[in-house]
Amino acid sequence: MDSALILQARNLTKRYGANIIFQDISLDVQKGETIVIIGPSGTGKSTLLRCLNLLTHVDSGQIFLEGEEITAPGINEDRVRQQIGMVFQNFLLFNHLTALDNVMLGLTKVRKLPKPQAHEKAMHELARVGLADRAGHYPGQLSGGQQQRVAIARALAMDPKVMLFDEPTSALDPELIGEVLGVMAQLARENMTMLVVTHEMGFAREVADRIVFMEKGHIVEQGAPDDLFERPQHARTREFLWKITELYGKKEKK
Amino acid sequence: MSAFIELFLRFLPDLLSGAAMTLLLTAEGLAAGFVLGLLAALGRTYGSKVWHALATAYIELFRGTPLLMQIFLLYYGLPGFGITLSREWAAFLALGLNSGAYQAEYLRGSILAIGEGQMIAGRAIGLSRWKTIWHIILPQALRLAIPAWANEPVSLLKSTAVVFLIAVPELMAKAKAIAAKTYDPIGAYLAAAVLYLVMVYLLDAFMKWMERKSLIPGLETK
Ligand SMILES: Nc1ncnc2c1ncn2[C@@H]1O[C@H](COP(=O)(O)OP(=O)(O)O)[C@@H](O)[C@H]1O
Ligand SMILES: [Mg+2]
Repeated sequence: MDSALILQARNLTKRYGANIIFQDISLDVQKGETIVIIGPSGTGKSTLLRCLNLLTHVDSGQIFLEGEEITAPGINEDRVRQQIGMVFQNFLLFNHLTALDNVMLGLTKVRKLPKPQAHEKAMHELARVGLADRAGHYPGQLSGGQQQRVAIARALAMDPKVMLFDEPTSALDPELIGEVLGVMAQLARENMTMLVVTHEMGFAREVADRIVFMEKGHIVEQGAPDDLFERPQHARTREFLWKITELYGKKEKK
Repeated sequence: MSAFIELFLRFLPDLLSGAAMTLLLTAEGLAAGFVLGLLAALGRTYGSKVWHALATAYIELFRGTPLLMQIFLLYYGLPGFGITLSREWAAFLALGLNSGAYQAEYLRGSILAIGEGQMIAGRAIGLSRWKTIWHIILPQALRLAIPAWANEPVSLLKSTAVVFLIAVPELMAKAKAIAAKTYDPIGAYLAAAVLYLVMVYLLDAFMKWMERKSLIPGLETK
């Protein structure tokens, strides 16, 4: 097995009742790689990310994190989730806690760091996303873009091996998207391993090492951004790319 | 009027000791009810099947029957099973159990209103289910519950009046005794009413203060 392989999904199948959400999906993620997952809505992208950090469970298949099977029975799932950060479309900050306490909570309650160390680490993560000066603000006092950056800092504080982003900018006003994508691009440059579901094709093109196109519960096609954007092999990929640039390209220009 | 004031002042020590017992029963019932209500609300929202069923049965039973019947069952009924409670204990237990069933419904509503998202966010950083409930869900749910829950202390305080029927020496029982002694039921009960009003007023003011203290900055207007 390649030693640089950090996350490996093998033949994952997920059903909700009789509904097959995705079937037989396999994906290898190299350490430091940024993968952007694109595809129409309802295709199972969110469900796939949730399966990868065990927020929901696959019906069959295996997932390995640094060679350890995390889908094995008896695995400590809380410990696995601690190692896989996740950022959500709707931020999901803890509304009763300041930005600082949002980032500190996992450090004190999960990693059991002493308060002073947790405080220092949390401030460091807030600085990383450019929000050291907002540490004392509550989520309700922050803009959407700032909230999402706090959410990224909260996930980073756990020193995750992989970061999952589920449409992190889809709920943001256009003028706030850039600050979040900027933080994510910075993380990619720092060689964070990232799986990003997004419709931001500019980001995908510039930052991704690999693009995965998913449709109807299958990976239709994947490859380097230039190959996928310039020379898509499948008609469905072409159609989707055409539609998405129509839709979002206009929004970006505004 | 002067006759009323004279009666009021003459029996003030009696009335105050009754009011103190009323407040004690209210505080005890509220505290016991809070613990029971929280356990029942958690059972209904996040509990196992058995816990959920027990919580549902408890809530239905105590909201669906009169408080007075619950008091009589505990005080007159339990000795039949070899358990004899003092009047105060019977009153305390009945009020706590009864209030708990109502508090459970307030708390359950606010726990549900916090939503699944906060649970997912907690789990995503590696918190266990119960740690997420404890550190994330409950602190928000309890704040959210305050405005509706704030009716409970006042409602319970007024409910304590029925325990005079098992001769617990609270305000209502004192008023009844004063009425018998002075042959002035109107004066006696009005005197008690004055004290009830003062207590309700103070409780209300306290709840308003708590509501203000518990606001989360940035969320006030939502
Ligand atoms: N908890 C759930 N229960 C039942 N069906 C679900 C659940 N979550 C998602 N689905 C279904 O799974 C499909 C894929 O959803 P999702 O993973 O959110 O797609 P995407 O993120 O690509 O838009 C949808 O049809 C959705 O209705
Ligand atoms: Mg989705």
